[in-house]
Amino acid sequence: MNVTFKLLRFDPERDAKPHWESYQVEMEPTDRVLDGLEAIKGRLDGTLGFRRSCAHGICGSDAMLINGRNRLACKVLVKNLEQPIAIEPMRGFKVVKDFMVDLTPFFAKYRSVKPFLIESGPPPEKERLQSPKDRERFDDTTKCILCGACTTSCPSFWSNPDYAGPAAIVQAHRFLFDSRDAGKKERLAVLNTQDGVWRCRTVFNCVQACPRGINVTRAIGEVKLALLRGKA
Amino acid sequence: MTHTFDAVIVGAGGAGLMAALQATRGQSPAGTVPKVAVLSKLYPTRSHTGTAQGGIGAALGNSEEDRWEWHMFDTVKGGDYLGDQDAIEIMCREAVDTVYELEHMGLPFSRTPDGKIAQRPFGGHTREFGKAAVRRACYAADRTGHMILQTLYQQCIKQGVTFFDEFHVVDLLLDGGAVRGVAAVEIATGDLHTFAAKAVLFATGGCGRMFKITSNALTLTGDGMGVVYRRGIPLQDMEFFQFHPTGIYKMGILITEGARGEGGILRNNSGERFMERYAPNLKDLAPRDMVSRAMHTEIRQGRGIGGKDYLHLDLTHLDPQVIHDKLPDITDFVETYLGIDPVKAPIPVQPTAHYAMGGIPTNADGEVVIDERRTPLPGLYAAGECACVSVHGGNRLGTNSLVDIIVFGRRSGKALGEYVKRSAPAGLPADPEGQTRERLKRLREGRGPERVSSIREALQAEMTDKASVFRTAGELQKMLEVLTGLKARYEKAALQDRGSRFNMELLEAFELGCLLDLAQVTVTCALNRQESRGAHCREDFPKRDDANWFKHTLAWKRGDRVEIGYKPVVVTRFQPQERKY
Repeated sequence: MNVTFKLLRFDPERDAKPHWESYQVEMEPTDRVLDGLEAIKGRLDGTLGFRRSCAHGICGSDAMLINGRNRLACKVLVKNLEQPIAIEPMRGFKVVKDFMVDLTPFFAKYRSVKPFLIESGPPPEKERLQSPKDRERFDDTTKCILCGACTTSCPSFWSNPDYAGPAAIVQAHRFLFDSRDAGKKERLAVLNTQDGVWRCRTVFNCVQACPRGINVTRAIGEVKLALLRGKA
Repeated sequence: MTHTFDAVIVGAGGAGLMAALQATRGQSPAGTVPKVAVLSKLYPTRSHTGTAQGGIGAALGNSEEDRWEWHMFDTVKGGDYLGDQDAIEIMCREAVDTVYELEHMGLPFSRTPDGKIAQRPFGGHTREFGKAAVRRACYAADRTGHMILQTLYQQCIKQGVTFFDEFHVVDLLLDGGAVRGVAAVEIATGDLHTFAAKAVLFATGGCGRMFKITSNALTLTGDGMGVVYRRGIPLQDMEFFQFHPTGIYKMGILITEGARGEGGILRNNSGERFMERYAPNLKDLAPRDMVSRAMHTEIRQGRGIGGKDYLHLDLTHLDPQVIHDKLPDITDFVETYLGIDPVKAPIPVQPTAHYAMGGIPTNADGEVVIDERRTPLPGLYAAGECACVSVHGGNRLGTNSLVDIIVFGRRSGKALGEYVKRSAPAGLPADPEGQTRERLKRLREGRGPERVSSIREALQAEMTDKASVFRTAGELQKMLEVLTGLKARYEKAALQDRGSRFNMELLEAFELGCLLDLAQVTVTCALNRQESRGAHCREDFPKRDDANWFKHTLAWKRGDRVEIGYKPVVVTRFQPQERKY
């Protein structure tokens, strides 16, 4: 099938401001949007800039705004989209070229929640025991691939770039509800600020945007509750 | 721009991150913790370790009796006896402690009812030296690699490891046979940087993108192997490339062997469980090379589904709850890309290029060894898929790639940390970036009619056609001629992107150069090895030939040619036997 793409192009080296360009490529209906971008870059315009790696929804490189919704280009098939397929970079971070945004602030927020296990003491010789039920408690948030789709779909983040954002809170949740973690106090302190969880207005955009099906708003709600009750 | 570190680690997947943690560990007095930089052409969390699904093998014995000696035997036999048994012994022994270490770092393994790390069966893993399948693969649902990558990155943040994200390493700097550092392109600016270092560790992963149907990321272009090969260091056993049996039809995306570990069955067009004919004992859980050959044979003999070149992976008889709990990601892949619910319908699969058993030759401390006598090149290290210890021999067992990156990432990181403590810094060679600047300039200024993408597509299609599961001298010879043509076209390729910032087209051109070199090595070595062993199957030499070919291949770059040498296989406990399952 013939597929028309409308791409919001911007290279700060050459362009004063972003502009739309259209491309047509011959594709199979079951091809991914990413296949279309690769075809455009390979055959029509080698200057197109986007990140990609695994091409099946695990590495988190190719999150972008596709027909008005944040998705991974490798996880949406062209047959499931209306044409022309309009693509823009994720909103809220500085665009460095076409669909590539500056992720430095994103990873800084990630680091701010202390995204690592904080131990209470030296580990046993073998594994620490954890019941399947305790393991299940934080299963959902272990799926996060740090693609940025949730944070850049969040109106609270757009209006307050200092907001930690859903992705960082998801990462905090993954440890807050892990029975092996002893860092709850310090992690909750980071989030119990105006720019922490309280910026969340439960708009649910993040849930819709997450390519891993994480119930992000629920996770944020659980962190809020933990703060209100003083325990996770 | 020049940076100075004690050591540089190239690549930030499981092996690179584990090595970085190890090299910078310890509360030793100020100044004695080595200064280490980790360079990756991606953000570390984008590395391909994250896509490993099924599990990491270790004889914990959490669900039934298991011993590392059995794991060692399975690995030796699975590799068709080509693996070095001293290194395999180290790997299987240390796998146990390293898995506990991962748990201590916070890795969220799935759990047994009594709270231990959960384990499941995997291809070729058995108890009592081949008697029956054993539950050895430690897993976190079907995203074990994702959890390993995330956990190691988390620990690196905790430990304050220095990262240079989106720095693409394009050259290794040597001077008089000693390591001096690397040259790298900063993707954001296009600037060339020199990293002066006493030691360099390559952990850049595989090169599966030389094939059309592959499970590998678009970025797995063998850069590390290509860079060292061009600097005169040999590559080992490159003819051994693994084809994983269950790639999603036409796309190559991996469906974990764990799906068969949980009871999934491969079926042909008449619904027959054909693996019963090829491996009566282990059936669908035979090693990958055997299953992939069986699948190709079924397809060739007209038993593909609807007469086409695919078969069915059937999970429909499994408890839907098992599929939901233990295989959620592959369920998602199958629904997303095929519109199929694996609970209700079988999955169309075909073998997919998956893993390079060969690579940069190292010893068990990750030191790169550059000749038949295993002489180390001081300060140069490699670990993970880009390296060849060799623990996988002619065919890697499922889960052992994760074991490899963790065990040898740890060992090489430790060795590298100790090396830089005892060695003095040395100056950079004159004009360290000269060669790279010249190479990039040539790529940038190409004015011919060719596009990088069309040459790459031709390479991938031809390699899948002529150098995959079954090989013959005739087809391999033809492939070498094709490669000569593609290399000539590559010299005339032109870029459209003339910019410096985020010029991904330029870096793709560099990557293609690596793939072309590595494909030439792979095909030359495949043509040279006149026997069938592990994943290397020559239809014109269908038997394993221990009398003539019980040896590793080494391949050096000599101008445009590949020169071949050999080195002996290390045998300790297990003498070669016929391989039956």
